[in-house]
Amino acid sequence: MNRFKTQLAGGIAWIIAILNFFPIFWMLLASFKSEVEAVQTPPLFFFHPTLANYRDIFALQDYAGYAFNSIAISVLATLLMLLVAVPAAFAMAFYPGRYTRDILLWMLSTKMLPAVGVLVPIYLLSRDLGLLDTRTALVIIDFLSNLPIAVWMLFTFFRETPKDIIEASRIDGAGVGQTILYVLLPLVAPGIASTALLSIILCWNEAFWSLNLTAHNAAPLTAFIASFSAPQGLFWARLSAASVLAIAPILVFGWISQRQLVRGLTFGAVK
Amino acid sequence: MATVAIRGVRKFFGQLEVLHSVDVEIDDGEFVILVGPSGCGKTTLLRMIAGLEDVSHGEILIGGRRVNDIAPKARDVAMVFQNYALYPHMTVRQNMSFALRLARRNRAEINQRVERAAEILGLGQLLDRSPRQLSGGQRQRVAMGRALVRDPQVFLFDEPLSNLDAKLRVQMRAEIKELQQRLKTTTVYVTHDQIEAMTMADKIVIMRSGHVEQIGAPLDLYDYPVNQFVAGFLGSPAMNFLEGEIADGAVITADGSRWPLPTTSTGYPTGQKVVYGIRPEHLTLGEAGVPARVQVVEPTGSETQVLLQAGGTTLVAALRERLPAQPGAVLHVTVDATRAHLFDPASGERLSSIFPVSGHKK
Ligand SMILES: Nc1ncnc2c1ncn2[C@@H]1O[C@H](COP(=O)(O)OP(=O)(O)OP(=O)(O)O)[C@@H](O)[C@H]1O
Ligand SMILES: [Mg+2]
Repeated sequence: MNRFKTQLAGGIAWIIAILNFFPIFWMLLASFKSEVEAVQTPPLFFFHPTLANYRDIFALQDYAGYAFNSIAISVLATLLMLLVAVPAAFAMAFYPGRYTRDILLWMLSTKMLPAVGVLVPIYLLSRDLGLLDTRTALVIIDFLSNLPIAVWMLFTFFRETPKDIIEASRIDGAGVGQTILYVLLPLVAPGIASTALLSIILCWNEAFWSLNLTAHNAAPLTAFIASFSAPQGLFWARLSAASVLAIAPILVFGWISQRQLVRGLTFGAVK
Repeated sequence: MATVAIRGVRKFFGQLEVLHSVDVEIDDGEFVILVGPSGCGKTTLLRMIAGLEDVSHGEILIGGRRVNDIAPKARDVAMVFQNYALYPHMTVRQNMSFALRLARRNRAEINQRVERAAEILGLGQLLDRSPRQLSGGQRQRVAMGRALVRDPQVFLFDEPLSNLDAKLRVQMRAEIKELQQRLKTTTVYVTHDQIEAMTMADKIVIMRSGHVEQIGAPLDLYDYPVNQFVAGFLGSPAMNFLEGEIADGAVITADGSRWPLPTTSTGYPTGQKVVYGIRPEHLTLGEAGVPARVQVVEPTGSETQVLLQAGGTTLVAALRERLPAQPGAVLHVTVDATRAHLFDPASGERLSSIFPVSGHKK
């Protein structure tokens, strides 16, 4: 019975994994097809692979420039996020006030609003501040939109730490900064790491604001993908190749750090 | 080393008042124990001295300096937590030296202090271990070491022995007391164990639901409790209480038996209802006195505790000698009237009113 359940769970996990992976696999195949092969029905599984799409892309667009923007925006937004979210979560976890719960809920509720809802005000603000098509605008927006989730995650990690330890360090003479740096951070390092990873991934994949607020200068890889869609004609194969190029770095990054990510996300569960 | 003064201190958590105007004066170098039942506010008071809780009303002074608005780190107090609160990611040495490193003492001095504290506490071999590699007793010592190296104005302990087994607890009790006598550092120690309080303290503060009931030296409180609560709280087995009425020079209980009035004072009004208190060790069994039926005999080896049915209730007697009697036997019990107490049944306040000691409250 128990063994059957385990196998069933394993089977379901595999099905979900394959369903998740299939579109990416499909995209990978398409990126090596010709445009005509890419739209054929029934789809082709066996074909003569070509690198033409990739060659075209590098010829047409400045991949390195987009990639640089993606990296710069993700990293800066994540650093900024940590700088604000760590002290915020610290205060909420160890010195909760009467409104701490409400603030947490309110912060999360801001994530329930669809981004388009604030497109016009944000666009106008960016324009009037001279921030259109700047990395600064995207850094600020990514940082702020990931902040609620980051604070929530850090808050739950921090709450795993016994309050006694924090108080002991205060009595030992540590200020708030020293307590965070020397006592809290070493204890919750996996949690911090997974929060940072999640933030980088979310920033990397952010498309809505990138498409609406950037033209060329500050455009990250999500805009790079979009630049290969065309109103008419065949573009699937080339678009697939662009997508592969855009997600490859974050996939590799995610693969390398997945242990860390899993460890962080199950932090409370395994301790 | 410093005095600690707690003056008119009250504490609210929201609407809930958990400390009601507490006054305690602690001398330089004194070992004071806060004791009382669970939830009476001991930890809260200790944390207020440490600076971990705000003072709602009144003031706290350490070494004559008002510290209400001073951060914990500037109070120069060291605290040993009930769960030790060691830093899990630091070695024993790092745990002990953390405060000194924060204070930017030079390395030679830090090492010297840590090693001296480690030697005093027998931690020499463990300095490079991490806390998770230590037993409960060793962790407890590290927590003490962390306080010791700092040489603070005041030591604060919150039930430091409650997680240890009985034997280790007795041993640590003696060690802490000996250490405190050697260092002469003012110490405030919280426990709900009255034996710890009796054996270790210079001065005991007995608390109940946010009030101080009595303050004094352990034996003074034991011999001259100001009310029935204090009388019943200190001592194990606890003091016996009998309800009765004063009539012709004795207390008469409902079953008609006569209990001699305390000789410590005179002029008790006849007819007054009282609670008669007598400690188990001040009862004697013999041929004369109030008839008492033996219920249970519990020899502990060094003494014998006997549960007796007498005076309409169950009494405990603690006897030095061994008792050959079997349960069901009827003996006679007499009391040492010089050690008896009378309390008001309504308020619990002491009625027999001669206090040969000062330092009591109320
Ligand atoms: N942070 C808090 N918020 C609200 N009430 C609290 C808080 N801390 C303590 N209390 C209340 O204050 C009262 C005193 O608590 P305290 O911890 O000081 O008791 P204690 O004497 O140390 O008890 P114990 O022997 O069980 O440790 C209790 O009724 C407790 O419920
Ligand atoms: Mg307590």
